[in-house]
Parts: sequence; C-alpha cells; structure tokens
Amino acid sequence: MRVVEKRQLLSADEIGRTLQRLAHEIVEKSGGTDDLALIGVRRRGVPLSERLAKTIQNFSGVQIPVGTIDITLYRDDLSTVGPQPVVHSNEISFSVDNRDLVIVDDVLYTGRTIRAAMNGLFDLGRPKRIRLCVLIDRGHRELPVEASFIGSKVQTSDTEIVEVHLKEIDGDERVVLVDRVAE
Amino acid sequence: MLQRLEHLLGIEDLTREQISFILDQAAPFQEFQKHPLKKLATLRGKTVALAFFENSTRTRISFATAAARLGADTMNLQAESSSLKKGESLLDTIRTLEAMRPDGIVIRHSSSGAPQLIADRLGMPVVNAGDGTHEHPTQALLDALTIRDRKGKLDGLNLTILGDILHSRVARSNIFLLSKFGVNITLCGPTMWVPRGLESLAPNVRRVSRIEDALKTADAIIVLRVQTERLHEPAIATEEYILGYQLTPARLKLARPGALVLHPGPMIRGLEIDAAVADGPQSCVLDQVTNGLAIRMALLYHLVGGAAVEAPPAKEKPKDSTKD
Repeated sequence: MRVVEKRQLLSADEIGRTLQRLAHEIVEKSGGTDDLALIGVRRRGVPLSERLAKTIQNFSGVQIPVGTIDITLYRDDLSTVGPQPVVHSNEISFSVDNRDLVIVDDVLYTGRTIRAAMNGLFDLGRPKRIRLCVLIDRGHRELPVEASFIGSKVQTSDTEIVEVHLKEIDGDERVVLVDRVAE
Repeated sequence: MLQRLEHLLGIEDLTREQISFILDQAAPFQEFQKHPLKKLATLRGKTVALAFFENSTRTRISFATAAARLGADTMNLQAESSSLKKGESLLDTIRTLEAMRPDGIVIRHSSSGAPQLIADRLGMPVVNAGDGTHEHPTQALLDALTIRDRKGKLDGLNLTILGDILHSRVARSNIFLLSKFGVNITLCGPTMWVPRGLESLAPNVRRVSRIEDALKTADAIIVLRVQTERLHEPAIATEEYILGYQLTPARLKLARPGALVLHPGPMIRGLEIDAAVADGPQSCVLDQVTNGLAIRMALLYHLVGGAAVEAPPAKEKPKDSTKD
C-alpha cells in the first residue's frame, strides 16, 4: 500500500478564514459566551480549540475556558489496535457541571472518537449541553453523531484519508485528501 | 522504540526508558483519581487474578481498586483461605486459577522467584506484588513517582534508606530503580541488617552505620518497617533500635531542608518513625498510597489491556485514520 496525495482541500489561509467563521457561529448560536467552554480532542483538536478561543476573545473581549481531552481510555477498539496506545492527561481545569461545552476536533468520520470524548466528559461531571465543532466532516458515520459547527463538508471514499496539518503539530498548515493505493 | 513489557517481575532487568515510560503513564491515572466518577470501561470484560499467597492488605486493596477503576473484574485468592493451607502446590493452585481464564495475574508469594516461575509457565501477564526478599517492583515505582513529583527530577538526588535492608524487597527494588536514575543511595541500619557487600547491589550505593551521617545531605528518606518478627534473630532490643535508628524530628533536621519522608507501610509509630515525622509536612506516606493506585492502573492498562508498552511514535499519523 502506498499513500498518494489526491488534492488539497484547504490552504492555510482557508483554514484561518474557516476558523474565524466557526468562532463567530459558536458565539452567535450560543447567544453569547455565558457558560461557554471549548474542549479540544487530542491531538489536533487542541490547537484548533485554542485558536477558536483566541478569535472569540479578539472580537468579544471574553476569554472562554479551554480544556483538553484524551480519549485513549474510552476507545472501543483497544483490543484490536495492536500496540497499546499511550495515555495522555486530560487538562480541564474548570468544572464541566452546567457548562455549555463545544467539543473541537479536526475530522469527523465514524463518530466513535466523539462518543469516547463524551464518555470522558461525563466522568468529570454533568454539562448543560455538549455540541461539536469540526474542521472537516468527511461522512461515513457509524454512530448517530452530528456536528453543530462544520468548517467544510467533503465527499470521501472508504480508502481515502483526510490529513489535517496544523503548524503547531506538523510544522505546515493545510488539509489534504490522500488515498491508499496498491503498489 | 521501547522493549515490549510482557510482565512486571522486578525492577532489576528493566531499562531506565521502560521505567520512565511507566512513570509517565501514571500521570493521567493520577489525574483520574480526582474524577468524581472513578470508573472506566477500558478493561471491561477482562479478569485480573489476585493471588496473594502471603498476607497483604494495602497492596491487595490497591491492585483490586486499580483493576475495578479500569472496569476489570478480579478473582481473589488469599493466603488464609487458600487451598495452600491444605497442602496444594503453588503450581497446582496457579493452574486452577489459569483454568478460569483470567487475563492477567498479580502474585505475592513468600518465596523469591515465584512470579518468575509462574510467568515461565503461563501465557498471560504476571505482575509481581512482592516475592520473598527479592523484589516489590510496584512499590519502587510508586516511590520513584512520589519523589519525582515532589522534587521535579530523580537524577543527582541523595536518598537514604533506613532499617532492615537485608530482608527488604522494597529496599532492593528501590535500590535497583533509583540507581538507574543516578540517585546516590545511602543504606543505614543495624549491621546485621546492612551487612558488608550490600553496597554492591547497584552503582552509587554506600553503607553508613551512624544515622546522623546517613541523613546528612539527604533529599529523601525511605523508612522501612521494622519487621518485629525478625527482631529476635540476631537479637536487637526494640529500645536499642529506637535509640539508634528511629527517624525523629531532631534527626530529620539533619537532612536537607524539605527532605521527603517515605514509608511503604504499615507504619509502626514510635518504633521506626516518630509520630511527629509521620504526620509532618515532609511526610509523603499518603501520596504514596494514591500514587500506588495510579502506577497499578497504568501497569494493568498496558499489561492486561492489550499488547505492548511502546514509546509514542515520533509523529502520530493523522488521527482520522488511526483513532476512529
């Protein structure tokens, strides 16, 4: 199997503009910033949630709390993934009780990650509401999970992979569609 | 890439990298102990056999709680009620447990090497919860985690271990572990418990006979329990031990400011440790208990939960292909 790049879905500028729009949408649909908090899913949801919070602060002057969740312990495929994944800490320094939470992730695919993230959040308390914000929705859901805030919807096939590169983690910044092809 | 860990039989054969990995993996589980809801489904459907052929309260409860919080079930075998009392051999008992298909076994036994014997014969992960006078690896791991958390590092620290070093598996595991991290270790106790030659267990170990000299420049002190059942052989009077080796507030002042006091428990106040020290601000004994849970959860997660303990890849693949 070889991985080939098929096309670029978003450029760095487009990612920036998309996040600007998502930040405004989140505040608008929430009717303000009261109780609002963002939860970034490790790994690439983390820089995305931080950027959204910064944007919201820039236009509203309000600093909304941001947390990080690691879903490793809540995965439903631990016995099938081969080497046991390394567990990371959640970093949520505020109480989630009665919060209006927005989970932030890069790609929405099967929905299993988001199910796991919600399980993790429930272990920490009882949020008032949980919504989901993703940069890319690529379809192929296996669970009844939908996002409230979507950067871009992309039609994909099963063999394709959506690769999100963020400068905080990958050094470069773009979203590409790659495909696995037989040698 | 780290060497895969299949069992935890002792510290001596582990690499510094493997130990660091386990200590690092305990961090998320330390945080987990603060959750209001302390129950994961990560090991749901798995069974951990707790085979304690030697009496144990705190270690057994710690492993049982760790397994429960990961969602695993436990099978309990205790010395008092076991068929061992009826004359069954260790291997027969273990084979009986194995036939019930557990996914891992935690064993404590009064014979050194019993966990190794079992690991060689069973196709499942074995965790040593203390074997004879050999090793007690999870205790050393939780001690190291406690010291590292409080001091921010291990390298270059000075550690003093007080008491019956010769018969202590806790001391042995701690010596093996901490010397791998460049800790300077001082052993101190009555000569028959700290005989010549003990310093050759590991690098950076020395023996000191006077407690005052042993405590000078100490960053951390591990006080071992005086096993009263051993006090008669060769005789040392309790009063003599207290006079010579009890960790008192005055003696603690000889150590570096903020020196940590650790004790594996059960603690006998007024014998090896003065109550004021045990309850003082430098005492870490309750941290040790909480950290023990975190270490044991991390170990059970990696040993029983799935395949291997491996280093995180330098760069993760895009997670929509790996995580979902």
